[in-house]
Amino acid sequence: MKKNKFSLSSVIIYILLIIWSLTTIYPIIWVIQNSFKGKDKILADSFSLPLGELFTMANYRKAFGSLNILGAYKNSIFISTVVAFTVLMLAGMASFALVRYSFKLKGALHSLVIAGMMFPVFATVIPVYNMQAKWGITNTSNWGLTMLSVILPQVAGNLSFAIVVLTGFIKGLPVELEEAAFMEGCNAFQIFFKVVVPLTKPSFATVAIFSFLWSYNDLFTQMFYLRTQKMYGITVLLNRLTSQEGTNYGLMAAAVTLVVVPVVIVYIFLQKYIIKGMTAGAIKG
Amino acid sequence: MGASIYKNKKPLFVFLLPAFLFMIVYLYYPFFKNIINSFQHIKNLGQITATWNDPWYTNYVELVQDPVVWTSIKNTLVMMLVTIVGQVGIALVLALLVDNIHAGAKFFRTVYFFPIVISATALGLLFNLIFLYDKGMLNQFLEALGKTGLTDWKDESHALFTMMLPVMWQYVGFYFVILITGLNNISEELYESASIDGATRFQRVRYISLPLLHNVICTCVVLAVTGALKVFDLPWTMFPKGMPLKSTFLTGTYMYYQTMEAKNVDYGATLAIMLVLLGVLTSKVVNAVFKEKDY
Repeated sequence: MKKNKFSLSSVIIYILLIIWSLTTIYPIIWVIQNSFKGKDKILADSFSLPLGELFTMANYRKAFGSLNILGAYKNSIFISTVVAFTVLMLAGMASFALVRYSFKLKGALHSLVIAGMMFPVFATVIPVYNMQAKWGITNTSNWGLTMLSVILPQVAGNLSFAIVVLTGFIKGLPVELEEAAFMEGCNAFQIFFKVVVPLTKPSFATVAIFSFLWSYNDLFTQMFYLRTQKMYGITVLLNRLTSQEGTNYGLMAAAVTLVVVPVVIVYIFLQKYIIKGMTAGAIKG
Repeated sequence: MGASIYKNKKPLFVFLLPAFLFMIVYLYYPFFKNIINSFQHIKNLGQITATWNDPWYTNYVELVQDPVVWTSIKNTLVMMLVTIVGQVGIALVLALLVDNIHAGAKFFRTVYFFPIVISATALGLLFNLIFLYDKGMLNQFLEALGKTGLTDWKDESHALFTMMLPVMWQYVGFYFVILITGLNNISEELYESASIDGATRFQRVRYISLPLLHNVICTCVVLAVTGALKVFDLPWTMFPKGMPLKSTFLTGTYMYYQTMEAKNVDYGATLAIMLVLLGVLTSKVVNAVFKEKDY
């Protein structure tokens, strides 16, 4: 295998692989370079770099001026952070109990978790909306309540998956450390927070990243609950942009850039955890 | 010893209650409530009192007679085929290729996976710009290659292609990572002894990689099919309300359309049930066709 390192077939393999990489990288570069051009130039001359005459910041001035993109960022990041932390807390505790304790209903609860992964969001959204409306947390002008009305369903949507992944990790921990902590007089809660959580930090990070990204990118739930400009998250804002500013292509390119670039930067630094988080469950271990 | 720490069962309740309460209130109760809703008449979301339909199966009659339902089912099945052949297929080819190179595997992994972390809504906007009629990236590119006349990528004959291509493209990297992990788990010794016996590169792939990857490929196909049912963000951003002429609806987007746009909430609930049934049926079929094997 090693001797034909520079053979013709290797060259062909590299060419094919590079072609696919171009399909993933180039569209992003293309939209970034066009976000610095005027609308007419995007439609006529989209492949050249925005240098000299072509360069303009007008799209970004418009994006920050009239779009309230910062407000949408704030909402999205708030929602996703709370979702990720709540999922971690609840799923972590439940997984710990499901792995370490033995009790009668264990098997039944485990099946509940597995089955919980099968419910598509489409099948629960209408009753959940009605239920939350009854509680008075949807369709209000109160920012906190509106955020809560998105956070709760999103937490529920991620719980089963997080429990499945975390039970796998906690099972792999040696019980001796917990025994040692028990001998020193720790109770079950102290054992969980002082022994189990620190030991499984990487897996908790994996689950947190998965839940955060899922929530941050989710459009469906947000479309139901975030109906006014002040409440929009990033995805809703982008979606509304298509219908409201349908022909302002420069603004769209700028908005896409503003949403994509921070994620790309985070991705470059945390890719190991992100890839692990997003594919966890499909790959064992 | 091991048993004595966790013998005191009192904390158990505190550990389990929040998570399971959440699941019951937000998943199990709504799921069954949704079935009830499909027999009722609900005009507005958030409406608390609902009356029963007369006859109770009205929505199901409408479902069977609604031509758009059949369009959406057909499109969803096509979408599944595209995800199986396009996503898993391309990912498999790429994974086998990367498995045969020595440098750069990590780079390709990073680059291929990256569209998945970007919100499908942003990608929808991006692809709107790419497929723009007068003139987006693609039409400009084709013009530069010497093609005369513009193609309307969003007209009736191209719409499905234009909608499914980005969905397919986005998730290739996901299956690529799963498959490459599977390939890395295959012992190097197998390839070495095959090489000693004179197997060519192609034969190594055909007789070692592919058979040993069988179960991983099955997992991918199941994920691809269930994933196809959940597709919403990208189609709804690029082709809102099933345009042109309600021809691009998927089961998910049509459910949203009936619930939010057409204000036919109980019918939306009925569509959601159809979506679940479609999911159960297709995964049964997939499991029967791609049976996992033990080696």
